[in-house]
Amino acid sequence: MSDKKLEIQGLHARIVGGDEILRGVDLVVPRGEVHALMGPNGSGKSTLAKVIAGDPQYEVTAGDILLEGQSILEMEPDERAREGLYLAFQYPVEVPGVSIANFLRLALNARREDGDEIGVMEFYKKLQRAVKELNWDESIIERNLHEGFSGGEKKRSEILQLLVLEPRYAILDETDSGLDVDALKVVSQGVNAARGPEFGALVITHYQRLLNHIVPDVVHVMVHGRIVKTGPKELAMELDQKGYEWVREAVGA
Amino acid sequence: MSDLTNQITKDVHPDAAKLEGMEHTKQYDFKLTEDYFFKSDRGLTRRVVEQISYFKNEPEWMLKFRLRAFEIAEKKGRPKWGPDLGGLNFDDIFFYVRPNEKQGTAGSWDDIPEEVRETYRRLGVPEAEQRALAGVGAQYESEMVYHKLKEEWEKLGVIFLDTDTGLKEHPEIFKEYFATVIPPEDNYFAAVNSAVWSGGSFVYVPEGVHVDVPLQAYFLLNAENIGQFERTLIIGAPGSKFHYIEGCTAPAYTSNSFHSGVIEIVCQDNSHVRYSTIQNWSHNVYNLVTQRAMVHANASMGWLDGNLGSKTTMKYPSTYLVGEGAHGEVLSIAFATDGQHQDAGAKVIHVAPNTTSSVVSKSISKGTGRSSYRGLVQIHQGATNARSNVECDALLLDENARTDTFPYIEINEKTAHVGHEATVSKLDDEQIFYLMTRGLGQAEAMSLIVRGFLDPVAKELPLEYAVELNRLIELEMEGSVG
Repeated sequence: MSDKKLEIQGLHARIVGGDEILRGVDLVVPRGEVHALMGPNGSGKSTLAKVIAGDPQYEVTAGDILLEGQSILEMEPDERAREGLYLAFQYPVEVPGVSIANFLRLALNARREDGDEIGVMEFYKKLQRAVKELNWDESIIERNLHEGFSGGEKKRSEILQLLVLEPRYAILDETDSGLDVDALKVVSQGVNAARGPEFGALVITHYQRLLNHIVPDVVHVMVHGRIVKTGPKELAMELDQKGYEWVREAVGA
Repeated sequence: MSDLTNQITKDVHPDAAKLEGMEHTKQYDFKLTEDYFFKSDRGLTRRVVEQISYFKNEPEWMLKFRLRAFEIAEKKGRPKWGPDLGGLNFDDIFFYVRPNEKQGTAGSWDDIPEEVRETYRRLGVPEAEQRALAGVGAQYESEMVYHKLKEEWEKLGVIFLDTDTGLKEHPEIFKEYFATVIPPEDNYFAAVNSAVWSGGSFVYVPEGVHVDVPLQAYFLLNAENIGQFERTLIIGAPGSKFHYIEGCTAPAYTSNSFHSGVIEIVCQDNSHVRYSTIQNWSHNVYNLVTQRAMVHANASMGWLDGNLGSKTTMKYPSTYLVGEGAHGEVLSIAFATDGQHQDAGAKVIHVAPNTTSSVVSKSISKGTGRSSYRGLVQIHQGATNARSNVECDALLLDENARTDTFPYIEINEKTAHVGHEATVSKLDDEQIFYLMTRGLGQAEAMSLIVRGFLDPVAKELPLEYAVELNRLIELEMEGSVG
């Protein structure tokens, strides 16, 4: 099988010094596919997202994360990002005084060699295209990163960054939470624009409604720190109708 | 020649004659060649003050002024508040070094510590400028640009000279304003400066003249001008408008550990004056500066004051709003790293009605660095409807870093509106993690957060200074990653 995948193998993790949250996660997201990760509150979905991104608050106690065959456990978050990994945060932080344009230019240049910095025109074209994709006003790029942004604008910014940085794999952590229907559509439109044979995504969501807009190839269900069920997109509908109790009972978790 | 000058000439000359490189025709009438190098005795004595005035061939009133200031300093003694100045020993210090145009004050380029030279290289400071900054250089050759501007300014009647030349060429204007804003009685270090001052800038912008290109002190940069005791006198005539920029962001190296400048600014009616400085003294320097503006009716004064280097800084740009409708603004940046104490802030004194002021202070403490905001807002009785707003934000980068705020507010007027807001924040791990997930290294993420924190002030700087400030912060942030 091809190495073009993000692979989680028997992953155990916890908050540093705390109780175990991930209890043996196995998951494969091939490049070119969009997988959904669903599950009840507290099942460990967001923890998985942060552990993959390398949040130093968490420690991995067993298992491995392979990005195209290469373990990334020893890598700093920035190295992982430069390897093509992207996390859209559930709660993006504010960074006062740093404009979106300036920040994204630095982030793009961090992926390039010294002396090979992206040209100003090329950069602005890229940025403008992404802004347009999200039906956003161009003035947004001069605003400071999430300073005074509404919840919906923050989520939109996460997708804007995704479109500009063009990762190979993205993890979207409850990007739908706190969005109204219109915002949900716009954000989904952005994610769908990124879809293609070179892009894999793990879309974490609590509700099925996001998956009406971003239709997944595969759905995984996480309960109590483990993937308990994997199935086609119809699985999401079933979960929505029957609730998570049904899965819990079915797997005896 | 007056009796006083005569007596001092006799007193100074016997020593001076022993020094080499001197040209003299008669015993009491000699000229020093341009490349003559002279160092005063160590320590601050009456004799040193006399030597300085003598070597500068000053008018008698200036000599008398210096001697009076010396006596005031003797009487006053050092301030008993503020940072610890215990390491500052006057007996070790040369209060006057007359530079040699070829060698500067520091002797040889090789004497400059490697870390200072390395910083210059990494900031991309041109070598000629590096040498001038380090005090080993000849005059910084920005001649072409400067001369063109100079011609334009002269046409407008703008005077822009080093202070010593200003005194010689424009004695009337000079005498009218000199020491009127900051008299030697003001404070101990102002008295010391008044006694031993040398170099600095003299600026006079005539009535109604707007100068579009900032007047930059580096045009006047020579070894003497980056001296320890510069004296700057800036006068904005009624309706004038200009921006003066002092200093560079590259570290000004000095083997002498004491810098004490005095900056006096007069903003006459309806004038608009801005003074910006980003100072980055080497880490052995006690940087104790008095800077003040007297702002008349409907005039405005803006200070942008950045303090990054030095061992200890005490600096509180002050603005006296003495005319109705006068406005004052202070933007202040302080960056204290290991072993540094930046005691900076602002003073705003509202004396006249309908005066307004705003102070924004941003301080950063890293490692064992300590930064303090020390501010005074004073509203005098009769300054009706005065408005003042102070905002000071501190950012702590490490557990051991320290910040303090000492805001003094004195209001003697019922109609005053005074606001004060202070925040202290720590470098946020979540912000760092977030930026790192976008591909930025840890140091880069931290310096981006710091730059963002300073942005409200930095964006008021001309672009080239803002860029240099950013590079400097990056350098300061390196090595902060564990």
